Amino acid sequence: MTPEPLHEVTLTVNHVPHQLRLPARRLLSDALRHDVRLTGTHVGCEHGVCGACTVLLDGQPIRSCLMFAVTADGASITTTEGCLEPDGELGAVQEAFHDCHALQCGFCTPGFITTITAYLETHPNPSEQQAREAIGGNLCRCTGYQNIVAAVLRAAEIKRERSAP
Amino acid sequence: MTTKLFGQRIRRVEDPRLLSGRGRYLDDLGHDALAVAFVRSPHAHARVLDIDVSAALEVEGLVAIFSYDDLDGKTSEPLPLLIPHPALTHGRTPYALAKDEVNHVGEAIVMVVASDRYVAEDVVGLIRVDYELLPPVVGVERARDGGALVHDDVPGNVAATMVQEVGDAAAAIDASPRRQRLQLSIERSASMPMEGKGVLARWDADDESLLVHTSTQTSTSVRQAIAAKLSLPVDRVEVVTPDVGGGFGVKIVHPWPEEILVPWASVRLNRPVKWVEDRREHFISSAHERGQLHDVTVGYGDDGRVTGLSVQFWHDNGAYTPYGLIVPIITSTQLLGPYKPTAYRVEFASLYTNTVMVTPYRGAGRPQGCFVMERVMDAIAADLGLDRALVRERNFIQPDEMPYDHGLTFQDGRPLIYDSGDFPASLSKLKQLVGWDDFAKYRERAAAEGRRVGIGLACYVEGTGVGPYEGGHIRVETDGSVVVSTGLTTQGQGHQTMLAQIVADELGVPMERVRVTTGDTRRFKYAVGTFASRTAVMSGSAVALTARKVRAKALRIASNALEAAVDDLEIVDGHVQVKGSPGSQVDLGAVAVLSNPLRYAFDEAAARATQFATPHDPDQPPVAADDEPGLEGSGFFSPTRSTFANGMHAVVVETDPDTAEVKILRYCVVHDCGTIINPMIVEGQVHGGVAQGIGGALFERMEYDESGQLLNASYMDFLMPYASEIPHIEIDHLETPSPLNPLGVKGAGEAGVIPVSAAIAAAIEDAEGVVITAMPISPSELFDLRRAREQRGEAR
Ligand code: FES
Ligand code: FES
Repeated sequence: MTPEPLHEVTLTVNHVPHQLRLPARRLLSDALRHDVRLTGTHVGCEHGVCGACTVLLDGQPIRSCLMFAVTADGASITTTEGCLEPDGELGAVQEAFHDCHALQCGFCTPGFITTITAYLETHPNPSEQQAREAIGGNLCRCTGYQNIVAAVLRAAEIKRERSAP
Repeated sequence: MTTKLFGQRIRRVEDPRLLSGRGRYLDDLGHDALAVAFVRSPHAHARVLDIDVSAALEVEGLVAIFSYDDLDGKTSEPLPLLIPHPALTHGRTPYALAKDEVNHVGEAIVMVVASDRYVAEDVVGLIRVDYELLPPVVGVERARDGGALVHDDVPGNVAATMVQEVGDAAAAIDASPRRQRLQLSIERSASMPMEGKGVLARWDADDESLLVHTSTQTSTSVRQAIAAKLSLPVDRVEVVTPDVGGGFGVKIVHPWPEEILVPWASVRLNRPVKWVEDRREHFISSAHERGQLHDVTVGYGDDGRVTGLSVQFWHDNGAYTPYGLIVPIITSTQLLGPYKPTAYRVEFASLYTNTVMVTPYRGAGRPQGCFVMERVMDAIAADLGLDRALVRERNFIQPDEMPYDHGLTFQDGRPLIYDSGDFPASLSKLKQLVGWDDFAKYRERAAAEGRRVGIGLACYVEGTGVGPYEGGHIRVETDGSVVVSTGLTTQGQGHQTMLAQIVADELGVPMERVRVTTGDTRRFKYAVGTFASRTAVMSGSAVALTARKVRAKALRIASNALEAAVDDLEIVDGHVQVKGSPGSQVDLGAVAVLSNPLRYAFDEAAARATQFATPHDPDQPPVAADDEPGLEGSGFFSPTRSTFANGMHAVVVETDPDTAEVKILRYCVVHDCGTIINPMIVEGQVHGGVAQGIGGALFERMEYDESGQLLNASYMDFLMPYASEIPHIEIDHLETPSPLNPLGVKGAGEAGVIPVSAAIAAAIEDAEGVVITAMPISPSELFDLRRAREQRGEAR
């Protein structure tokens, strides 16, 4: 059988451009994990339900297991690694997860971090109910969500603290 | 003075790494390894007639195709039966690759190794297997009637039957003033961790050694199993558990076929080989649990006191029994909860079906047992018109009866003796937390608004910290850092934090100096595994005892250096000092240097331990006959029996009068796991357990059709709760220390899940006035119960 044709794909991941040659069927999640080798993005179902693979595509949360890498050609992608502060310290959402014990095994966590990071951009001061709804599309089997809800609120607080002059 | 870390809400040391994307789960390793995919049976029961690979051979990137006939030596024998039991007369385990028969959809038949998983799956799609279909046995009823057999040589599909009895239950029930019979059932669910299983094996032909990473709950036992199956010296095999994305029981089973096949292929191909389970594979080829039917007869007095209890139940063990009878044994013993029926008889049959095998899932048989016992309590209360909490109270074992011997044998083969607990105190805390006595008023107010609400409660006792043992090794490095290794594995429970808290306290060092490794056989070879809520009890105690040894050695060495008696020394903040005179001190790193007499000064610290640097007694050897170099030590903890934690849950629900949807308004937990090492972590465990319990009570079930197809084998169709389904959980603690270990701790990992179905069933029953005998319950099932009641002409 003939080898699969490869396509030139440029993915800018956490501000760093990557030139890749990939088969058309390579999932964005696999490209990020195994070609770019940023394994912070996790794959829990590969059918778009769990949200563990959520990354930000030009700022919008998407499920990277439901998109081909070639489709994302030219896009700017943020993964959980890109949610750190520029100096490498934990970002506001990550710090809040640490404070609130919002992760146990940590497998679902990257999808929550990216989702919440994007959410807080447009909802800087959510109520508890809104925080719960904001994470309503991500599955976690460990935490029962209570501490993740608390972490959304705490992250909003940390963001405010950090942006205070 | 160092503040005590034990008991504090310390943020987890695991978090920064996991949060910044630096976690290393199985599929984050071995990017260049060959990838594996399997041809799995599409049929629940069939003979494999022929495997035709001809169409697949030209695929670019294909490396190898293996079927049963390729397996050699012990890899061609059935996988081990991990927990033999005299009652398990007909135990059966699968082959790593199906030999000539498949017994459930998903059983592996052909292993494909290719350049990547995409290609491996292409190949899988091109392999043709011919089958002769056999009649499938699905569900307990079909298994029980024995019309069709799963295994030809297992008559009646019965893997085991077992009876335990204290007193004469039948006579006691006959003599009771009141009697009831209940038929109760629980359906299948599964652990369903967010990360599936996975194995990476790297054979080093030059070194003749094998390094295996696997997402397991027991690396030490996987190591032994791989060495045995591959006929390698154990010494040449190491197994490492990387970060694990949740286990909840399913990863304690081992060796999975893939844990043998992947290393075997790596040796055979002399290449790194990796298999990562996808979600569908996890549904159809890992393990499930919970499916049981129960037939219960209870005799009781007019005061609600149980005088005799007889339980017969049928346990669906799926196609194979590698984990023995653990789940039904736990149901049959832990069913008793905090109560003491005077006479008790339990009998179960463990039955084969053509479905995925059944092994422990968090709670492990306890949710079923708790459901049975708590339904009995509610039925008694309903019959007598008594308050449900009162009936429970009247049946409680009292604190002054501890330790309480039930006269039964527990899952560890040891007597079922509760070590401690204060059930009346727990119940009164719970009643207060949920407002039990005021609920009638709330119900009236809600009714006036046209709303239906109900309250339920459920109590459980959980045997935790099961033996035989765990151990630990602690070494103080010359820079004063402390390296702790324990052999059991971790799947997100915060073990590194919890163990570091213990060691830091015991040694007197700041917690930041302590690093903990788990589940790496290169670091610690002796362990059992992570299951049965045992890490805090077993490894916690082991590292505490080990730290005490290391501390004693540090004091001994420092007493020479400081020329002070051992009894006058203390360790504070990483320094050994003379009590009351902190000016006279030596830091633990320096003590570590002195503990290891050296010839060569490879660094500055080492120079202090060389032969011309230290004063010594020329008539004594540098290392005393009964001593060893290094400030380090190993220790083990092996308790005589399990320690029994307990808890009580209360839940308030509202049911929709039209759609019969169930909404949880409040969820309250009183939890007693002995002394608490880190309340934040314990509460997190309770939250997660309750969430899984709610899933099992209202949403999750394995929908097998009669041909044995699992109809909902995806996250789209198997409904795990999202944040919108889980309420805020209110927790209160009671701390009744265990007398069975040096820390007074009891396990906490599984607790949250145990009483949830029982409590929710009671609350729905209370709201609706229909009797609930089966869980989980969906809105349409509740709707049907309502309709049936209306047809009988009963009022709500
Ligand atoms: S892995 Fe993409 S949604 Fe689950
Ligand atoms: S922390 Fe384990 S799945 Fe969410």
